[in-house]
Amino acid sequence: MKHALLTLALVIAATPAFAETKEFPITIKDHKFSPDVVEIPADTKVKLVVKNEDTTPEEFESHDMNREKVIPGGSTANIFIGPLKAGEYKFFGEFNEATAQGKVVVK
Amino acid sequence: MLATLIIVFREVIEAGLIIGIVMAATRGVAKRGMYVSYGVLSGFIGACVVAIFAGAISEAMEGVGQELFNFGILATAVAMLTWHNVWMARHGREIAMQMKHVGEDVAHGRRSLMALAAVVAIAVLREGSEVVLFLYGIALSGKESEGMMLLGGVVGLGFGAALGVAMYLGLLKIHSRHLFAVTGWMIALLAAGMAAQAVNYLQQAGYLAVLQEKVWDTSHILSDSSLLGATLHTLIGYSAQPTAMQLAVYLSTLIIIFTLMRLFGHAPSPAKPAAATS
Repeated sequence: MKHALLTLALVIAATPAFAETKEFPITIKDHKFSPDVVEIPADTKVKLVVKNEDTTPEEFESHDMNREKVIPGGSTANIFIGPLKAGEYKFFGEFNEATAQGKVVVK
Repeated sequence: MLATLIIVFREVIEAGLIIGIVMAATRGVAKRGMYVSYGVLSGFIGACVVAIFAGAISEAMEGVGQELFNFGILATAVAMLTWHNVWMARHGREIAMQMKHVGEDVAHGRRSLMALAAVVAIAVLREGSEVVLFLYGIALSGKESEGMMLLGGVVGLGFGAALGVAMYLGLLKIHSRHLFAVTGWMIALLAAGMAAQAVNYLQQAGYLAVLQEKVWDTSHILSDSSLLGATLHTLIGYSAQPTAMQLAVYLSTLIIIFTLMRLFGHAPSPAKPAAATS
């Protein structure tokens, strides 16, 4: 019983505290990101909230941050990034690479 | 048309290579073509279902449903690939020498085939759902005429399939004696890459936000978006900018697979006297 309680406590402690994570909104419109430069603090886990205002789906992808997510048209997606070291991390929309380009600047 | 072709091709590469490896790894096993075909078919149907419910999946679990779903199916694929390798370590010798399957080996063989068929289905489902969504988007936007879009998609699919066939034929050139060892390694590396990707999805969902430091950056040498980079990403889990977590999971998976193969491999030959477990 003691072991079960300890395990439960550890699991709860390890669960991400969604309420505390800072959110950074990005909008996809006409296959472009807006804003296309997002500044976030270094060494901090944050949440990108990407809203796809186009009717067509987009795949949010970043090799620099090892992230990829398909966002259906009209949907909003949560994407956690960080903690990251200072620098620039590019992201793009794989379905519309010509216009959907952006970067996360970590200061 | 070209843009559609390139995007579909990139998505299909992963599934195509996996199918090629699975077909080579099961050479000599009866009916494996049938199992793999069923894998592809169910993967395709699954892809359509996932694409239809993409919105619901995405918004499930506080907006990280897609990541958890991807983690789940990739973890399943890793388990199946591991199981296959362990099974081959136990029974591979007979297959490599193309001896007849007798008794329980036949049942085991079928289970191993089902495990691999599941891996194929998962790969097709993952990439397929992205392709379906992408093509649906193009159709909606009316950017390209339906005909051109379909042509680009089919040609991209064809190139991806061709890559898988090339992988298969290339592997077949290896002498049967070595094929077992080579495909065993390829499957282990495939699994390790998938495991690293699976944990990535967990981090994307907000869990395990540790060990995120980039261990190296080789994007100027071999970029993730290049064809070779994408191919190596599937085959060996190559990542131009891997995090410490990705490397840790990758290495751990390899160690676990080979340890299990060691532990459970090579059933004792009947000639040896029954020995106490060491």
